[in-house]
Amino acid sequence: MNKRSTYLMLSMAVLVSLVLTACGGGAAAPATGGTIKVVSDLPMTGSSLGQTQTIVNGITQAFEATGNKVCGGKWQIQFEAHDDASAALGKWDPDVVTANAKQYAADSSIVAVIGTFNSGAAKLMIPILNPENLAMISPANTYPGLTKPGKGEADEPGKYFPNGTPNYARVVPADDLQGAVGANWAKDLGATSVYILDDQELYGKGLADVFDASANEIGLTVLGHEGIDGKAADYKALATKVNELNPDLIYFGGITQNNAGQLWKDIRNVGYAGLLMGPDGIYEGAFLEAAGDAAEGTYLTFGGVPPSELQGAAATWRDSYKAKFGSDPEVYTVYGYVAGTLLVDALERVCTAGGSPTDRKTVRDAVFATKDFDSVLGKFSIDANGDTTITTMSGSVVENGEFVFSSLLGGG
Amino acid sequence: MRIGQRVLLASVGIYLLLFFGPLAGFDLFRVIGEIANKPSTLLQQLLIGLANGSLLALIALGYTLVYGIIELVNFAHGDVYMLGAFMSLTVIGAFNVDKGSSPAIKATAIVVAFLSAVVFTAGVNALIERVAYRRLRNAPRLAVLISAIGMSFIVQNVGLFWGSLRAFFPIMGVNSAAPKAFPDLIGRIDVFKDILHIDVPIAFNTKDLLVIVMASVLMIGLRLFVQYTKLGKAMRATAENRDAAKIMGIDVDRVISFTFLLGGALAGAAGLLVGLYNNTAVFTMGFTAGLRAFTAAVVGGIGNITGAMLGGMLIGILAAFSDQYFSSRWTNAWVFAVLVMVMVFRPTGLLGESVGQKA
Repeated sequence: MNKRSTYLMLSMAVLVSLVLTACGGGAAAPATGGTIKVVSDLPMTGSSLGQTQTIVNGITQAFEATGNKVCGGKWQIQFEAHDDASAALGKWDPDVVTANAKQYAADSSIVAVIGTFNSGAAKLMIPILNPENLAMISPANTYPGLTKPGKGEADEPGKYFPNGTPNYARVVPADDLQGAVGANWAKDLGATSVYILDDQELYGKGLADVFDASANEIGLTVLGHEGIDGKAADYKALATKVNELNPDLIYFGGITQNNAGQLWKDIRNVGYAGLLMGPDGIYEGAFLEAAGDAAEGTYLTFGGVPPSELQGAAATWRDSYKAKFGSDPEVYTVYGYVAGTLLVDALERVCTAGGSPTDRKTVRDAVFATKDFDSVLGKFSIDANGDTTITTMSGSVVENGEFVFSSLLGGG
Repeated sequence: MRIGQRVLLASVGIYLLLFFGPLAGFDLFRVIGEIANKPSTLLQQLLIGLANGSLLALIALGYTLVYGIIELVNFAHGDVYMLGAFMSLTVIGAFNVDKGSSPAIKATAIVVAFLSAVVFTAGVNALIERVAYRRLRNAPRLAVLISAIGMSFIVQNVGLFWGSLRAFFPIMGVNSAAPKAFPDLIGRIDVFKDILHIDVPIAFNTKDLLVIVMASVLMIGLRLFVQYTKLGKAMRATAENRDAAKIMGIDVDRVISFTFLLGGALAGAAGLLVGLYNNTAVFTMGFTAGLRAFTAAVVGGIGNITGAMLGGMLIGILAAFSDQYFSSRWTNAWVFAVLVMVMVFRPTGLLGESVGQKA
């Protein structure tokens, strides 16, 4: 298997480097070279796997571009993909996330964590890694409260950082932008009344709340805002209720794994003929499969640009990804790649400054010091909160069972 | 409980309901207003609740049958139901039918899927009993319970694995864990408007009708079977007193195996019906359905067949009403609040009788 051969390669590399150091006199100080470990923490059991496997591929690709080495070949990057989901839940599992976080905190050879995928998981992991100054870079979390003061609960994001210094950065734009962009798009599509549903999770409800507030602001009538049980067998009763109110558009803040497909089917089956809109949480192949015909015509917002619409350097990356892994990247894949390259860049800067890439604190500071980093998505910086400065969003629509790019939305 | 205590508890309950109910969407005046405003919605939700309740009741019967006879909460039962849905999906996939196929092929596919699902889940359930429960027949009750939870996890992972076999069954789709689209084989023809030509503002289609009719037939059939056949009598005797039944020459192990077969068969039928009704099959569906069905069995009085049917209907209707009139955010809370209330006032469930503890 792929993983095994990677291990084999890594262990051989370690062996060779040991022999080399031995030949070189054996007096090597720990700061001049060795192995540093980077882990990814994503849900890889359950239907998210379709998406997360490609993110892991993207990260691997970023590291392999430098031969898994940084600082002029002195330091070897050892990358491990960890799973934070359980079969029992079929999606991210709080118990697994906490156990993983404790393991990363305790393993001093780990210098950075790329993850998590779900905002709810990040909420649990950040406070465990923060006291250890362990840098965390998320390729997918979009809940605003994780980084932005005043955009989430009153005590957010301060409560995630017990030692006072943020250790969490992300390379995707947050949902305070996505929710608002969605509401504006709904208005542009001609809707005057909306009904809002959410899956009662941090990500979904956060998004729906922003959509709700923005919709009120721009003069859309919000007919109601309800939460669904993501595990229920069907939503006929709820769909009947919503259909009677006859909104122009129904917005769902949530993820595929909380039964978006069934919700779509039931809404269409009770005879609702209006517009349906969702966020990037259902912007994946698994949703199309689960919702079937009911997905047709669904509008989707996404805090980035879909793989098919990537331009310039990003398009070159997409083609190289396809050539290497034999399949198209999913929507978050490029962020996995960007997170990987950002980390490599930060480690290089640590070395250039004479620091040691094994020192967690130095690495964390280097990640936060990222300025005008030249990524495949264009130049961006990590601001003091840990957010990317990129704010481009896009809208897509489902046509004939496929996502079709519709328009760029929001800030440039 | 003394009468005074009950009255006190009831008044505290009602007070809390009126005071804190609105927080969970229970605003009595608004609800009454909405019902008066549009009574047809009430009937509509009643029908939805009835259809969902029938399906719950079918699953609840499996819990109640097994509990009645060996006093075990068979946690794997919900997952066996999931396997029923997967089996029917696989068979329907093999027939390569979809919405547009001719009615004859569709009907054949459904009948074959029904038979294979029922036989398969009955077999699986009996196998689970043979492997995981029989050896623990005389062990402390907790041991069997843990064994049941273990079986539930195993069966769930079998479902996950099954979902990844797209090389053999293309209908499983590209993603092993994602919900599978179950072909829409039963047309959605409105019973009132298009068949009976009565103009009512209530949607009741052939699918709802099929589910309610099928579930009722199966439930009534089971009730008659247990009441009037020899094997049914043996089941009741074993449930009443296992040792005495043994003395009377009843092969207790065989009767228990048969009970598991019967429960599994009902779960398989429910799996197919839910697939046809909701058009989705996913490997986690057994867990939630199992939880609600188990609640239904307990509300109705676990061990009591009529009670399980009543509990299923009650919970189905309550959930639909909560979605419509209270708040879908709180639906689960309402369902379990009702469970708590029933347990407080009738610890044995609505129709349950207190049975003496068995040795």
